[in-house]
Amino acid sequence: MASETHGAVTEHAQGMPQLDFSTFPNQIFWLVVSLVVVYLILQRVALPRIASVLADRSASIQRDLDKAEDYKRNAEAAEEAYNKALADARSEAQDIVNAARVDIQKDLDIAIAKADAEIAAKSAESEKAIADIRDSAMKSVKVVANAVAVDIVEAIMPSAGDAKAIKDAVAVRVKE
Amino acid sequence: MATEAEGGSGFNIHPMDQFVIKPLFGGEHISWYTPTNATLWMGITILAIVALLVWGTRGRAIVPSRTQSVAEVIYGFVYKMVEDIAGKEGLKYFPYIFTVFIFILFANVLGLLPMSFTTTSHIAVTGTLAIAVFVSVTILGFVKNGVSFLSLFWISSAPLALRPILAIIEIISYFVRPVSHSIRLGGNMMAGHAVIKVFAGFAGALGLGAVAPIIAIMAVYGLESLVVVIQAYVFTILTCVYLNDALHPHH
Repeated sequence: MASETHGAVTEHAQGMPQLDFSTFPNQIFWLVVSLVVVYLILQRVALPRIASVLADRSASIQRDLDKAEDYKRNAEAAEEAYNKALADARSEAQDIVNAARVDIQKDLDIAIAKADAEIAAKSAESEKAIADIRDSAMKSVKVVANAVAVDIVEAIMPSAGDAKAIKDAVAVRVKE
Repeated sequence: MATEAEGGSGFNIHPMDQFVIKPLFGGEHISWYTPTNATLWMGITILAIVALLVWGTRGRAIVPSRTQSVAEVIYGFVYKMVEDIAGKEGLKYFPYIFTVFIFILFANVLGLLPMSFTTTSHIAVTGTLAIAVFVSVTILGFVKNGVSFLSLFWISSAPLALRPILAIIEIISYFVRPVSHSIRLGGNMMAGHAVIKVFAGFAGALGLGAVAPIIAIMAVYGLESLVVVIQAYVFTILTCVYLNDALHPHH
């Protein structure tokens, strides 16, 4: 707006300044200069720089993704190993429990067998002792019976003092 | 403007004044090398591009700063556009297309600054760009494909009887390309800025009560902010389409 107050150089535009062909060489010249400058700046500096930045970025993103993939795989492997270890430990524990049970069973069997044997021995001994006691008692019975019989016979009829006959008779009676 | 009150008229709106090319350091004659306001704003465009794409990316950071990520987004956007439209072979020409895109984008955006000069509103500039694209794409087409580049005009999928007619249409449309390509961009820039200037003139004429023109300026400015980016995009995408035609002329 301010320009027209100068008035000296240009009056108000007559028609379209765009069609003032006298300014064409000037505009075209400076346009070509500008375009060449822009092209050289872009082609030498700006575009390679932006392209390399973009390439770096996508490379680093790809690298990070690969790394993340690796980490994920490692984590999965670790989980698998953990699960496997857990299962192993469980089965081992089971084995140990089974072995212990078998051992205990074996010990128990042995102990029971030993105890049975001891019991059998003890009872055999006891039976023998009882038999002895019975024998000796029987013997004592005979002796006591003889003595009692002799005493009785002597008391009833002292004449008939045949000790041997009494003994035989007692022995027959005791046997019955 | 209106405050100048020339000849008693309250309406002295000169929407085209902003497009006048003036020598920077006085003088009347504009020869081909004279530094002008167009030169100045092309220089500012270059500086802005350097600021974003070179200074902004100086950190080369894996995690980008804000300016660096803007530069990367623009790079990725144009790169994908070239790849999608012109294919893998087109990527060889990516620096050229990127140059065109970034230059037009920054020239357009800087043109929206008040008091600035919009280099891309001049048909001399957009025409040069369009003709450069047209000529290089045509040469590239013949270099890459030889005479078979002409099969671009011979639609083999059409019935034989129609082909000559289609060929004429295709040839005309091919040669109209630089015209539409350049006028679309230049015309959009010029029209938008002229409309803003007209509303600014109204605002000046109405003085303090100029609510409606100021709202209109805001609306048009918002629209222009879109148009500025879209036109840079359209120019570039059409360049890619033409490049694709040159690389793969067989439909």
